[in-house]
Amino acid sequence: MTDPADRQPDPRANNQDPVLFGQTPSQTVGPFFHYGLPWKGGADLVGKSDMGARPDLFPEAHYVLNLSSPSGVPEGTVIELTGRVIDGAGDGVPDAMIEIWQANAAGRYRSHDDARDDVPLDPHFVGFGRASTDDEGRYRFRTIMPGRVPGPGNSLQAPHIALSIFGRGLIKRLATRVYFDGAAGNEDDLVLAQVPAARRRTLIARADEAGAWSLDLVLQGAGETVFFDL
Amino acid sequence: MSDPVPYAREDAGAPPSLFPDYRSTVIRSPREPLVRIPATLTETTGPTGCWDRLMGPALADLTTQHAGVPLGQRIIVTGRVLDEAGRAVPDTVMEIWQANAAGRYIHERDQWDAPHDPNFTGAGRVVTDADGRYRFVTVRPGAYPWGNHRNAWRPAHIHLSLLGPAFATRLVTQLYFPDDPLIEIDPIANAVPMPCRQRMVARLDMDVTEPNWALGYRFDVVLKGREQTPFEEDHHD
Ligand SMILES: [Fe+3]
Repeated sequence: MTDPADRQPDPRANNQDPVLFGQTPSQTVGPFFHYGLPWKGGADLVGKSDMGARPDLFPEAHYVLNLSSPSGVPEGTVIELTGRVIDGAGDGVPDAMIEIWQANAAGRYRSHDDARDDVPLDPHFVGFGRASTDDEGRYRFRTIMPGRVPGPGNSLQAPHIALSIFGRGLIKRLATRVYFDGAAGNEDDLVLAQVPAARRRTLIARADEAGAWSLDLVLQGAGETVFFDL
Repeated sequence: MSDPVPYAREDAGAPPSLFPDYRSTVIRSPREPLVRIPATLTETTGPTGCWDRLMGPALADLTTQHAGVPLGQRIIVTGRVLDEAGRAVPDTVMEIWQANAAGRYIHERDQWDAPHDPNFTGAGRVVTDADGRYRFVTVRPGAYPWGNHRNAWRPAHIHLSLLGPAFATRLVTQLYFPDDPLIEIDPIANAVPMPCRQRMVARLDMDVTEPNWALGYRFDVVLKGREQTPFEEDHHD
């Protein structure tokens, strides 16, 4: 018998079994992510507001996630991006979380995997943000208009923002893109070209009366947003 | 420039978006097929090296965020973040959130009859080290009821969120505990087919456990990896 101090319990099947090794499966964020993920200012990529958080959903003493600390104003045109997340019954989704990832105004990603030294980084811009939807299912970001980045082959992509949707009832995140109505390059964009022509409009934000770029994200049914298999 | 090497697609352990036993998937999952797109810089990049500025400082110990010590079983949760080839994923952010030991979240919409703990919030955030390692100290969360069906109870779980190196590697998952019989009747866990469901079950590890202080659980997270670059065509003579 081994010394009791050296024994391990029967591990059963578990995460450390080499036979099971592979991608950790996705699970829903559930309805209670608001104090764990969307930090204050997470939806404001250019300023110092509290956008993105829902501190109304838990006591202030439990707001342990701090404000982010943007360092200054980034280059480029400041834009607002907004819209509603809508379910298969046409109702707003009040417990969704939206994430965005985008290039800076010059078209460079702040990532080790974008090594194009000839395109400048912006010390005041990261390009990643998070927003909770409000009680009507609306999300809202303040960011800058992204520059164009290279696409397949020697192509140039139209300006776009990569976007993920998480929520209760979403076992896996849904990935899509936001393009901008009338932007240069929309006609030649090789990713948009993969999308059936009749559904491309679900990816194209339009200016609303207030000057914000608006795009609803329809999870299911008529006008369903195109989601990507990455 | 040459096209970036794409990340692998999801493997056999991936759950479907529509899983009717989990009722809210019925009205929230897309009906159209996903559209396959080529991997561009947008999909193969992600924010790196700016976590504090982006989200604020690390919070690795969920038992010292308030004046007193939270009730419940203190535990250590640690492991590595890896890619599919077993390589470490360093310098990536990992966020967690969970219920307290009684199974109650600090959340307005969680209104079942279990007590709050004034000394426990249940949110944490760390960045992996050069070997992809992470470590949290927390309390073991309780099971809790939910409205999916009559007498529905979630198994004890910790929610985990990882960005990984790229937009393509984004992962939100849940960690389950190895001694929990609720896992096998939980519609959310069961959306993942067996045996891959067990990838979400942590191992009680006496080498992580600290004597007279806390039980230790080991849990590695495996993110999508880059597809293999083909060396050369096979020649069939
Ligand atoms: Fe939960």
